[in-house]
Amino acid sequence: MDAIRIDNLTKYYGTARKGIRGIEQVSLTVAQGEFCGFIGPNGAGKSTTIRTLLGLIRPTEGSAQVLGLDIGKDREEILARTGYLPSEAMFYPGMRVRDVLKLSADLRKKDCRREAATLCERLQLDVSRKVEELSFGNRKKAAIICALQHEPELLILDEPTSGLDPLMQRAFFEILRERNKAGVTIFLSSHVLSEVQRNCTRAAVIREGRIVACDSVEALSRTSAKRVVIHGRVDLGLLSGVRDLEETQESCSFLYSGGMKELLAVLAEGEVHDLSVSEPDLEEIFLHFYSRKQ
Amino acid sequence: MTLIKHELRQGRISLVVWTGAIAVLLVICLLVFPEMKGEMKAISHLFGAMGSFAAAFGMDRLNFGTLTGFYAIECGNVIGLGGAFFASLIGISALAKEERDGTAEFLLTHPVSRAHVVTEKLAAVMLQVIVMNLIVLVVSLLSICAIGETVPWKELLLMHSACFLLQIELAAVCFGMSAFLRRGGFGIALGLTTVLYFLNLIANMSEKVKFFKYITPFGYCEGVDVIMNGGLDIRSIATGMLFAVLGIVAAYKMYCGKDIR
Repeated sequence: MDAIRIDNLTKYYGTARKGIRGIEQVSLTVAQGEFCGFIGPNGAGKSTTIRTLLGLIRPTEGSAQVLGLDIGKDREEILARTGYLPSEAMFYPGMRVRDVLKLSADLRKKDCRREAATLCERLQLDVSRKVEELSFGNRKKAAIICALQHEPELLILDEPTSGLDPLMQRAFFEILRERNKAGVTIFLSSHVLSEVQRNCTRAAVIREGRIVACDSVEALSRTSAKRVVIHGRVDLGLLSGVRDLEETQESCSFLYSGGMKELLAVLAEGEVHDLSVSEPDLEEIFLHFYSRKQ
Repeated sequence: MTLIKHELRQGRISLVVWTGAIAVLLVICLLVFPEMKGEMKAISHLFGAMGSFAAAFGMDRLNFGTLTGFYAIECGNVIGLGGAFFASLIGISALAKEERDGTAEFLLTHPVSRAHVVTEKLAAVMLQVIVMNLIVLVVSLLSICAIGETVPWKELLLMHSACFLLQIELAAVCFGMSAFLRRGGFGIALGLTTVLYFLNLIANMSEKVKFFKYITPFGYCEGVDVIMNGGLDIRSIATGMLFAVLGIVAAYKMYCGKDIR
């Protein structure tokens, strides 16, 4: 059974087909126990996909199952077994952190005090503080604890590290890796590619509401595009498949997705002192997918 | 119950402030009554000659010098208008505040059905209206005893019941509107309540627009009518309660299928 299975999910805001497109024909599966990344810049459709899975918005078309349950019919059971971290956590004014954590646990009809205390200690969160006094980072920590304290089977995290300092990010990912080892499925949306590359085993790339790639992080990194760095002088003018070009007097670097024969021909014509052709990192893959249509 | 308790905790300051304000005004009105009582007997004739203005507040039909007359006109307006503002404001913000304050995402990603959220929020609104009315009634009874007057039980309970029903209707209608809103609707609630209040005043002044009384809940809440008829206008109340039910049904229908942004 897949932890998340999305089939042709489409969401238009406003009237169907005439409204603003949120996502279109999104299909995606996340296996149980997987640590899956969901990459895309702001406005690409990451949050729309996640919010549809959680029943906050209704799909215009398509279907999805979370933990084998239908997102339309079994919303409450899905939410009982899922932990969700929103990109921007907001809490009720006047409440203290401990009240927020208790309210979250009460809404789940669970006693989460022990787990909450452990998480607060690890993330160094003072539960006696009022939520309106919290910094963005501390509000994020409170939201993380709300998402984790009931020990869910699936974690859906929307831009989880924004606002967290590097030390806290490390502590947070340590907790996630522990949970993942214990069998928890993690679906992490982010535009910070390095954190997806470091932590996820698989990733999906979303662009303008459509999934443009979905594979293991390793396989995505082995995409046909290569990072080419040339020291010397070459004329790239006629070469197609060149993107992300950075040129100096002495060298040039670019992402290349054209044929090797053509590249070699151009190099042979030029004056090359040194050359390196390497696998791009995820950041470059991301640019590769995002510049495909340009 | 978790949400009811949470809502009551969140709304406690507003409940205390509104209840306190209405109760204090009521006490002030009742405390000055003995002093004004003697003068009122003479002034009542004056009110009778003031035409439309006096008619708008029902002062041409009741003796301002009696406790029931004074209570129906002075205190009735304080409880009626104050209570109506409170009820409409808590009704209009009940559901809309979650999206306005960005807390809807927190609340609705917990395993609680939308219908359950609507039910508990509605219960919390109604509980606040009930608590406010009970406190105001007790304060009113104590104040009447304090000024040495006999409690006109029947008239008093009828007037308070009418005000309570008015608040229930407004709270339910505004609660229904709340499900459609994404931002706060305080302006809508205040505007609606004010318009309905003035519709009743206009209906009191002219026979031609008497039918306004059947549109506005302030019509069946009119203390003068309640006392003079010795009972509540069941037909108007039934119409009002129908609006309340429609408001509640709209809230369930809308909120259960709404996209939360």
